Amino acid sequence: MASNIQDKYVTFNLGKEYYGLPIENVLSIEKPSKRTRIPNAPDYVIGLINLRGEVIPVIDLRTKLGMEKNDVDKNSRIIIVKENEIVVGLMVDSSKEVLDINKEDIDKPPSSENNPIIEFISGIGKKDERLIMILNLMKLLDLRS
Amino acid sequence: MSQYMNLFIEESNEHLQTMNDVLLELEKNTDNISLINELFRVAHTLKGMSGTMGYTNMADLTHEMENVLDGVRNNRIKINENITDVLFECFDALDEIINYIAANGKEMDKANDDLIEKLRNLVNVEEKSVQEESNGKTQKIQLDNYVVNVINEARNKGLNAFNILVTLSHNCMLKSARAFVIINTLDSLGDIVYSNPSAEDIEDERFDFEFSVILVTDVDKNSLLEKLYDISEVEKVEINLVENQEVQVLEKEKAGSENVIVEEHKNIDSIDSKDMKSDTKDKVKKVNKVAKTVRVDIDRLDNLMNLASELIIIKNRMDDLSGTSNKEDMLQAIEYLERITTNLHNAVMKVRMVPIERVFNRFPRMVRDLSKELNKRVNLQMYGESTEVDRTVIDEIGDPLIHIIRNSLDHGIEYPQDRIKLGKPETGNIVLKAYPDGNNVVIEVTDDGCGIDFEKVKKKSIERGLITEQEAEKISEEELANILFEPGFSTSDTITEISGRGVGLDVVKNKIESINGTIELESQRNKGTKFTIRIPLTLAIIQALLIKLKDETYAIPLSSITEIISVNKDSIRSIQKQEIMLYRGKTIPIVRLDKLMGLETDELLEEYIAVVVRKGDKLAALLVNSLIGQQEIVIKPLGKYLSYIKYFSGATILGNGDISLILDVNSFV
Repeated sequence: MASNIQDKYVTFNLGKEYYGLPIENVLSIEKPSKRTRIPNAPDYVIGLINLRGEVIPVIDLRTKLGMEKNDVDKNSRIIIVKENEIVVGLMVDSSKEVLDINKEDIDKPPSSENNPIIEFISGIGKKDERLIMILNLMKLLDLRS
Repeated sequence: MSQYMNLFIEESNEHLQTMNDVLLELEKNTDNISLINELFRVAHTLKGMSGTMGYTNMADLTHEMENVLDGVRNNRIKINENITDVLFECFDALDEIINYIAANGKEMDKANDDLIEKLRNLVNVEEKSVQEESNGKTQKIQLDNYVVNVINEARNKGLNAFNILVTLSHNCMLKSARAFVIINTLDSLGDIVYSNPSAEDIEDERFDFEFSVILVTDVDKNSLLEKLYDISEVEKVEINLVENQEVQVLEKEKAGSENVIVEEHKNIDSIDSKDMKSDTKDKVKKVNKVAKTVRVDIDRLDNLMNLASELIIIKNRMDDLSGTSNKEDMLQAIEYLERITTNLHNAVMKVRMVPIERVFNRFPRMVRDLSKELNKRVNLQMYGESTEVDRTVIDEIGDPLIHIIRNSLDHGIEYPQDRIKLGKPETGNIVLKAYPDGNNVVIEVTDDGCGIDFEKVKKKSIERGLITEQEAEKISEEELANILFEPGFSTSDTITEISGRGVGLDVVKNKIESINGTIELESQRNKGTKFTIRIPLTLAIIQALLIKLKDETYAIPLSSITEIISVNKDSIRSIQKQEIMLYRGKTIPIVRLDKLMGLETDELLEEYIAVVVRKGDKLAALLVNSLIGQQEIVIKPLGKYLSYIKYFSGATILGNGDISLILDVNSFV
């Protein structure tokens, strides 16, 4: 099986669930560092970090997806992603491996209104009995949502 | 495709700039054939580029331009004002097309039919009128009958006849051998029917550094050029199609006709020449995104490279030193590191710098158009175009300068007859001058027009209630000059198309202050007016005041701070929930920053520290918890994701690595 860059996903955990991001969008994975609060920002924007001289906003993915907030611990990671010129960090519970998921193994998400998580998911990937929810970054970073 | 888009836009803008310059020059000097050649080259290149990109409207327009220019060059059309005006219109249309492509990523649907029609008419009408008087004074190469016959025969077979002029590089050692290689190459591509000097002379090295041949071939020009440039020690190749009417005589003047591609080769070769002068292009786009680009002198990049490698060296040295405890050595290394970082900072700043020429070069055309429109005679002189400013400043400074120059033309420079009466030369002068001054760049706009009538300003200001009559008695000219920058103030009695609607100097002042600059005005009745603009060299680094709200640090740009005062709680009044205070006889609003930043307000204090900030002539007092001090800070953008967040213009990284937000004073006042 030829591995294609388009089929590679960076996976991570929020609680017990697995999530995935297309690897092309991921710039790096960082350990949490000191954050500066941004007054008057939405609650899911938890601050600015200094990433090697660049100022980058960090989104708490749990809050953004309507989940309960979790304390930052030694497993917490910030995944730096880039989509359409926007660079942000996503705070996640822990980062996992990079997986190859074939297009055929990705199902459409169930249609559901009023579910904040489903709205941001572009597909559900299956790999070794695990279900990986693949996030739609474009939607996730849309300022209007 | 999009990867070529940037390049296309950038190069088109460059060519359009050349076209503009040449057109202006041509207007003054219509006999200069080399200007026509230059225009032809530009039009041809644009045609080729737009054709490749599939922008057919643009290709059509440039094609018709080419026809007209070709006619002019061959004396079939006589150049006159009508032609230059149409060419200017074409330039405007091309400019519009390019801007549209840059913004939308595709060509607009509207074709420039009327312009193309105009161009066609020019070719038809003018050709007739000139035909009689045309006389080729150009140098000719006589071809004997045999060669002419061969060429004609070849053309009948659908082959091309090219006149190829090859110039060998001056350090070529074995000229004849090199020429042999070239001739052999050409021979393999077609038949050489003529050579100058003759084949024997070339073989015996009896020629300078150039020779020409006529080649009959089915290969096209571009591949010929490619083949020839593959051969080393070839400096230049010019290839012209031998055209029908020229079969009898080959005009050497024609050399200019189709050598566009050759010219381009030359440009690439001469890296150190003007092509590499740091020079940026207008808003280049990538699918609806405007990217800013900077062209950088290779030397500057080399300098950066060197500094980066020095950084690595010092890092290694520090690594070594970390094992030892010799403090002396460590201090030395730190000193060295400091020197490198300072140099690095300077080098990076230099990379961001572009010559102010970028802004200036649109003015000659503007002055030309305006003076025509106003029936005034104006000569624009520009000095210090190579003065460098930060890329971001370049974008901001254009509009204010346009305003000022328009003002000078409209209100400043008198009509020719009035000037003569005043004993001034008929043609007015506007001088645009730029020069660096410490950490600032100064731009002066001077005209020798009628100057400002301060009595009139005084009268108007009293009428408008800006000053009282008593104040008017003792007001200085300097203070009056400041009133000119007030919103809605115009001394012009009539409103014209160009200026006089009272939107002007206040906008100019605001814009310049938004980039932390200042503007001053000096004027003498009937002698003229001088505007002096000072702008900082760079916007990326500013002086700021660091303040504390609870345990959070914020930065306020020093340029917008008027004063820091302490405010007694008793002097704070409240009108309709808005707190205000009296400051130098004016009531100004109070902004409790901590509350605005979502922090709990301290219980009421006796005394507050207030930073009085200014936007234009509006003031506000920002209450802060404590002051840290003044510092030079590097502005970092907050990025697109946070662009909708109010109150901040950016962030900065403090010495300890922490981030502090920069307050956008404009949002408070």
